Amino acid sequence: MYRETEIIKDATAIDADGDLVINVGPQHPATHGVLHLVITLNGETIKKVEPHLGYIHRSIEKMCESLSYRQFIYVTSRMDYLSAHINNHACALCVEKGLQVEIPPRAQVIRVLMDELTRLASHELWWGAMAMDLGAFTPFFHAFRERETINDIMEETCGARLTMNYMVPGGVMADIHPNFQKRVKDFIQLYKSKIDEYDELVTGNIIFQNRMKGVGYLSTEDAISYGCTGPTARGSGVSCDIRKLYPYEVYSKVEFDEILEKGCDSFARYMVRIKEMQQSIRIIEQLIENIPEGDFQAKTKAVLKLPKGEFYSRVETARGEFGVYIISEGGMTPYRIKFRSPGFSNLSALDHMARGSKIGDLIAMMGTLDLVIPDIDR
Amino acid sequence: MITEELKIKINELLPSVTYEEGGEWPTLNIESKDWLRFADSLRNDDQLFFNYLFCVTCVDWKTHLTMVYHLTSTKHRHTIVVKSKLDRNNPEIETVSHIWRTADFHEREAYEMFGVKFLNHPDLRLLILPDGWEGKNPMRKDFEDPVNMIRL
Repeated sequence: MYRETEIIKDATAIDADGDLVINVGPQHPATHGVLHLVITLNGETIKKVEPHLGYIHRSIEKMCESLSYRQFIYVTSRMDYLSAHINNHACALCVEKGLQVEIPPRAQVIRVLMDELTRLASHELWWGAMAMDLGAFTPFFHAFRERETINDIMEETCGARLTMNYMVPGGVMADIHPNFQKRVKDFIQLYKSKIDEYDELVTGNIIFQNRMKGVGYLSTEDAISYGCTGPTARGSGVSCDIRKLYPYEVYSKVEFDEILEKGCDSFARYMVRIKEMQQSIRIIEQLIENIPEGDFQAKTKAVLKLPKGEFYSRVETARGEFGVYIISEGGMTPYRIKFRSPGFSNLSALDHMARGSKIGDLIAMMGTLDLVIPDIDR
Repeated sequence: MITEELKIKINELLPSVTYEEGGEWPTLNIESKDWLRFADSLRNDDQLFFNYLFCVTCVDWKTHLTMVYHLTSTKHRHTIVVKSKLDRNNPEIETVSHIWRTADFHEREAYEMFGVKFLNHPDLRLLILPDGWEGKNPMRKDFEDPVNMIRL
């Protein structure tokens, strides 16, 4: 018993300067996973935040070196599990770039629909979880009510609710379920009737706004320098939406706005995600009515071999820019594969954002970074 | 800037640069000793203005290591890839973490996974691997782990 107290004493050692070092995580609800932060405090003011990673490191990059081009896509759902479709999509795009396969229009539309549904589901979960971090429990139930509907739609078509593995090189694995269109339309109706509740419950709340505004300032230059992408960077006014800048699939044909906020603080990042959900709905509405007829998968060989060379594909996940870099030597497996995950770069800005602010605000900052730990550790 | 103009501009900055064929973006090969000076001009030159480093990685080619930097400009929207060969037994290259802050984490990852030493890096420690991990670099091609290797 006394020996255990010794260990705790060691972990919260007081420096010569009078600084207090505390550990958040690896098992802490606010980190949304196994993230370990070592925080140096002076009173309540943060002097330094040091992330310790690797608690869920599976070396997916190394694993992929011994997997074929059809197999490795299934591992990638386990990285950013809230954007599983979009991760698969990036990998499929990269392999298709190497094979130079043309994707049937039907598959392209299905892919984009699935991507946007995933983005909605991911942002819903983020919204509920972030409100819960700040002490509001009700939003969590509201968010999960809508998210469940999306998961049900996914389950019907893909057979899975979290790690879908639906995208394959050449298109999608199976055609959509006959109920798909109807259920998505029902979901849009449901969502539109509920969206105002979100603002009533959280956005307009004065306590919430006080906790978010001016917290976690990240300037435009710093956001670019730290490699932040996605809503984190767009909250600082960086135009970085891959769907707009380097459109893939049918994103160039649909109308939607890139949401930019100038606030550079937690509230700006919050607003970007809230508005992005409405843009996702807009994209889905444009596509759901007329999904083109035809094949859902292009004809590809049973064993895929990429030509010698390098291929890079980038997509916009719910968290930011996700890049897949494949170096091929002409064989059946990639020689080297690198996943540029958005969370890894976004997390590196946390120390810079948190310095000088109070420890209570750290949770609000982490909430708006929308960290998914397996995405960071890979 | 279009690719041809970009190449002329880069040749002015560093005449010893060589280009690789194929690939989506212009791919440059440079000597590791030139990297720090070259990186600084890539970032700060108004016409180039590569302010966003979106991917840093290392590749083990069994005979040597190669550092790969993917750079883009949020102002001009052009992209290049910079590669630098490193000696496999003693891989060393200057850090660019003060030019692009995102390089800090990415270089720490390359350090533990490939054993690349980044000279003048402010905080070159293990990031993902557990404390006390020594010697072996897991992403190198000759890494063997009797327990945890996954082969299919």
